[in-house]
Amino acid sequence: MSDHLAVMLERAKDGVRSFGLARWIIVGFLLLIWFIAGIFTDNDLGTLLGDCLVRSGMNGLLVLALVLPIRAGSGLNFGIPLGIVCGLVGGIFSLELAAANPFGLSWLSGVESLSRGGSGFLIAHAVALPLSALLGLGFGWLLEKVRGQEMMVGIYVGFGAVAGMCVLWLKAPLTSPELIWPIGGDGVRNTIVLQDYYKWILDSWGEVSFGSFAPGALDPQGNAPAFTRSGGFYLPTGLMLFWLGACGLMAVFLKTRLGTALSAAGENPEYARSIGIPVARMRRWSIVISTMLAASGIIVYSQSYGFYQLYKAALWMAFPAVASILLGGASLRRAGVMHVIIGTLLFQSLLTTSLPTVNSLVQNSPYREGLANLPEIARLVIQNGVILYALSRASRGSR
Amino acid sequence: MPTSPVLELRKIEKAYFGTRVLKGVELSLHAGEIHALLGENGAGKSTLMNVLFGMPVIRETGGFSGEVLLEGKPVSIRSPKEAMKLGIGMVHQEFMLIPGFEVHENIKLNREPLLGLPVRRVLGRSLDLLDIARMRRESRESLARIKLEVSERALVADLPVGHMQFVEIAREVDKGDVRVLVFDEPTAVLTESEAETLLGVMRDLADRGIAILFITHRLDEVMSAADTVTILRDGELVSCSRKDETSIPEIAERMVGRDVSTEARTGAGHAPSADHEPILIVEDLRVEMPGEEVRGVDFTVEKGEILGIGGLAGQGKIGIANGIMGLAPATGRVAVAGEELRLNSPKDALGRGLAFVSEDRRGVGLLLDESVEMNIAIPAIEIHGRFLRAPFLGPFAPVDRGGVRRHAKEAIADLDIRTTGPTQVVRRLSGGNQQKVCLARALVLEPRLLLVSEPTRGIDVGAKELILDRLRKLNREHGLTILMTSSELGELRSLCHRVAIISEGRIAGILTPDDPDVQYGLLMSGGTL
Repeated sequence: MSDHLAVMLERAKDGVRSFGLARWIIVGFLLLIWFIAGIFTDNDLGTLLGDCLVRSGMNGLLVLALVLPIRAGSGLNFGIPLGIVCGLVGGIFSLELAAANPFGLSWLSGVESLSRGGSGFLIAHAVALPLSALLGLGFGWLLEKVRGQEMMVGIYVGFGAVAGMCVLWLKAPLTSPELIWPIGGDGVRNTIVLQDYYKWILDSWGEVSFGSFAPGALDPQGNAPAFTRSGGFYLPTGLMLFWLGACGLMAVFLKTRLGTALSAAGENPEYARSIGIPVARMRRWSIVISTMLAASGIIVYSQSYGFYQLYKAALWMAFPAVASILLGGASLRRAGVMHVIIGTLLFQSLLTTSLPTVNSLVQNSPYREGLANLPEIARLVIQNGVILYALSRASRGSR
Repeated sequence: MPTSPVLELRKIEKAYFGTRVLKGVELSLHAGEIHALLGENGAGKSTLMNVLFGMPVIRETGGFSGEVLLEGKPVSIRSPKEAMKLGIGMVHQEFMLIPGFEVHENIKLNREPLLGLPVRRVLGRSLDLLDIARMRRESRESLARIKLEVSERALVADLPVGHMQFVEIAREVDKGDVRVLVFDEPTAVLTESEAETLLGVMRDLADRGIAILFITHRLDEVMSAADTVTILRDGELVSCSRKDETSIPEIAERMVGRDVSTEARTGAGHAPSADHEPILIVEDLRVEMPGEEVRGVDFTVEKGEILGIGGLAGQGKIGIANGIMGLAPATGRVAVAGEELRLNSPKDALGRGLAFVSEDRRGVGLLLDESVEMNIAIPAIEIHGRFLRAPFLGPFAPVDRGGVRRHAKEAIADLDIRTTGPTQVVRRLSGGNQQKVCLARALVLEPRLLLVSEPTRGIDVGAKELILDRLRKLNREHGLTILMTSSELGELRSLCHRVAIISEGRIAGILTPDDPDVQYGLLMSGGTL
């Protein structure tokens, strides 16, 4: 009997150990924040937990986009802003259909209804996915040329894509009054409200909420991302299903013949070559799929956020995603779907809860201006720290 | 010739992790003589040189026992730098030169004469200016001493390969007080005429009173240049004799000689089961594999036989299998069972029923962080689409984990792979068990020709026996044709029906296991029968 117990204890210990010390620290920290938030501040814990889920669902696809390049041996794909701008192009395309003469083309008029609701969401994808596949192909080709420096080149490709799009946004041939600058002239606005199009198209599908739910309330501080759902626990059922469904598909894909070949190519290219796997093609495909996932990811993100943010908003978006998957236990060479799910939930929960908690804790302090920056500083330390940690252990396994 | 030796090595013993690689080796070097040091790969030559030059690897693995005497006085050499100070120099096989520097800069590197400016008092020697005029003058003199007509201002990168070797020598000569000079296979990369010049330079240097230790594989060079010949075999001193008292066949026999007859031999000549039907025909195969270049080989493997490929390291034997399998760029013509093989395409080679156990077990052979079962199954999944649950889905067909597990269990039992189970990560297995996994992953492809490279390198005796025995059994009972490459001549002679000896990228000859040692020795050291 005691033997049985010992075995179970050993199993439990293994489980705890395999979760990793770093993750336990983060979990402990998270629990501490929730504890403080529940007891010492007037924040509603239910609301915070709901926000954690929303934030995770929003960012989840962008994190999932990182899995394949890691497995195929290209490292962390810092170039996902390339996919993000493709997603934004698709999104803006779908919104422009609401104009009287979309793109100034009279034969396109009368399709306004297409831009609203589910069809708008689908059209955004229909434009974004082929575009991102195409650019992903080019990106993959480029990475093959700079073998060994994928991550650094990826960072600059991401930056370059965002910066290049800044110019294109200014010159985009759009006519919808909701897209172009209100003062007139060329170019798209910085932020486009999705309220009348497909805001929460996923979030609200089968949504569950407890407590008072008041959509539209703005963040009182104004500096935080505007979580407009406040007052009570909220489960964005459709959003979570979409994300977890994508994760499930990825998990299945990794267990197919192609997924196996791709992982083998990443783990040992020499080996893969010796059994006839086209290693370079595997890496290229991984980048294509990653870029497509990023494109879809930003559309999902925006429908939940309620806005498309253009211009420089996508500049730094690779970093939180990269930090998430690393926090979930991935390394530069190994990544799985569980790393995505655990990492996204942990990282986003930490961000989502620490900000309002610290804000309410320090609101009566004479130093509140400075102290209010603490969560942002903590975010930067964690985000960049975890990336630095992973890079410094490049040659070793996870943990 | 003076009676007392310049350099003496006495009773040198060295073990790496319990394996004795030097067993009481003695060597004495006199001023003005060229002393040839001969031995197969693994005979202990490199280790002996590492001891002599105080390489860190010796100390890190527990040091050595025995004495090194320089002009009769015991010395303890703890680093290559100390060896240099004592006047022991080395001309390396791989050039230790900086291509972007000029010849004189290379010759004087880290020994540059300085101008002795007053700033030295303040800033130290490191910031004193170089006396470039003197560097050039002295380099020119050294180059002249070895009769190399090259400007000291030339960039090393622009020199022909042969000249780089001479720059190396000039650098050693330039060290002035050099008393002992070691040449490590200096002629390996030289053309015939360059090699002759080099031997002349060596003679010159010897006449000037420098003791020269000449490591080589080429017996004709030994006979033309050396005064004394020392032969090592398996870490033991076999013989040390004056050149005029020995002969090429004698040297060859002593290098190779070992008692092979006690090992069970598969049989001499053609395999009894073979019907002389060729399964693999290779014509003019050339392979660009760095360090193992193949310069045009022709041979035929008959169905049902085990053909061995032997030879010294760096002669190209490793390149042959890699070239056929498409892992190294190759040209020429290869036919498998009468059909032309597309070269440089691993997929085509595998598709035609060839399977390969690579000499680079950890680099090419395995996915170290994957489980035993997946390592065995992945090649079959990728090449034959085996172990798939719904094969009609093509690349998206899910892998049949159950089938993979069942097959792995069979292979584990069959090959006696010592593991905690099919899910254990391959990295944690011992070398021998990793090699068994490599064999299992090749056999799951059900090949008609199995190419095996260095199957017993770096593995324990038990696993070695099992693997050789398994290969023999596969050949005998299942008629599997095997092309086996190995550095272990004894192994080849015990297992194969015929053994091809590779020298300088070509086939020097094909022997039967029963042919006398002297023939093997001659073919391996660049001679002919």
